[in-house]
Amino acid sequence: MTDLFLRSVFADNLILSFFLGVCTFLAVSRRMETAVGLGIAMVVVQTVTVPLNQLIQTHLLSAGSWAWLGLPDVDLGFLKLMAFIGVIAATVQVLEMVLDRHVPKLYRALGIYLPLITVNCAILGGSLFMAERRYGLGQSVVFALGSGIGWALAIMALAAIRARLRYADVPQGLRGLGISFIVTGLMSMGFMAFGGIQPR
Amino acid sequence: MASTARLLFGPIVDNNPVTLQILGICSALAVTTSVATALTMSLALTAVLVASSVIISAIRHHLPTSIRLILQITIIASLVIVVDQLLQAYAFAISQHLSIFVSLIVTNCVVLGRAEAFAVRNPVGPSVLDALGNGLGYSLVLLLVGAVREGLGLGTLMGYQVLPTVAAGGWFVPLGVMLLAPSAFFILGLLIWALRSWRPDQAEPDEFPLATAEEGTVS
Repeated sequence: MTDLFLRSVFADNLILSFFLGVCTFLAVSRRMETAVGLGIAMVVVQTVTVPLNQLIQTHLLSAGSWAWLGLPDVDLGFLKLMAFIGVIAATVQVLEMVLDRHVPKLYRALGIYLPLITVNCAILGGSLFMAERRYGLGQSVVFALGSGIGWALAIMALAAIRARLRYADVPQGLRGLGISFIVTGLMSMGFMAFGGIQPR
Repeated sequence: MASTARLLFGPIVDNNPVTLQILGICSALAVTTSVATALTMSLALTAVLVASSVIISAIRHHLPTSIRLILQITIIASLVIVVDQLLQAYAFAISQHLSIFVSLIVTNCVVLGRAEAFAVRNPVGPSVLDALGNGLGYSLVLLLVGAVREGLGLGTLMGYQVLPTVAAGGWFVPLGVMLLAPSAFFILGLLIWALRSWRPDQAEPDEFPLATAEEGTVS
């Protein structure tokens, strides 16, 4: 489990080695505060939706899960995508209402980032990876937490680096998007080095 | 006639979805380890984009504004499921290689972006052209990045040996790093640099301009 956690935070980082959520990553990393807000929202939503989708996948969608109804041949696997998107959209909506009612401070801090997350490929990708790698419930919780934290870590690091870039004289054509890609590439190289970490 | 050409060819260089609008970057980076995967992904995305544009544009007068987005996502997701199942049925090896990225076309901003920005407001004909143009623009970037990564990483293109490798008695030493994640970021970054040097009007303004010696006060 520790191994899975460390791997999903560092070596198998969703942005830096699977390129999930890069659009948001580049668009929202201009300021540190927004990067932190989006990072936290990401961890929360990921940790809720991946285990939820794991339950749906094993109990409703995989082959033979309707055997108790006398329908052993039913395989709803093709509905995976539709179900996951529905779950993610619904979860974000419910989470928004719960936070608004009970933790208004956090709700205001997250602001528009919560609804934005519905269309983030990292969230859908996390659920799809869980289904493809056949994680159990426990594993999916660990994976969700780890990948969420890894994503938040990467966006905060990029925001910090971009804040420093203001002192750099970047060539004209490379400004903005171009230099962000080069920086992300360098970060990705650095995170690859974490692949060697093994818990004893 | 001029406007037709602009719809179709505009998004290829002048208004490219990947390099200028920053849409659909996730898949552009992930599936470009070889030309074959990049080509399959481009075809899948273009097919979904054109089909979703046709459907959404055809029913645009019947879409209630308040639930427009959820309907668009449902239409796109259904099309993606069809494409995914087709790939698994007829090109199993490549669909295993693309892993989850075909399914991720659903959240690919290019598809929803074009539906929302163009198809809901225009008749079917122009929508098809716009979708096709954006699909081609996206495919062009994917194929370029894929060709560089496969060419320098393995010395092959589409599986055919182009540069004779040392292992096969040639002179070319394959650059293994090209097949790893960081090089995708570097190559796309350099591609954007090249494009913006060729078309300076696409360059972004300096966010934090340096003060010149005359303006700056020396303390």
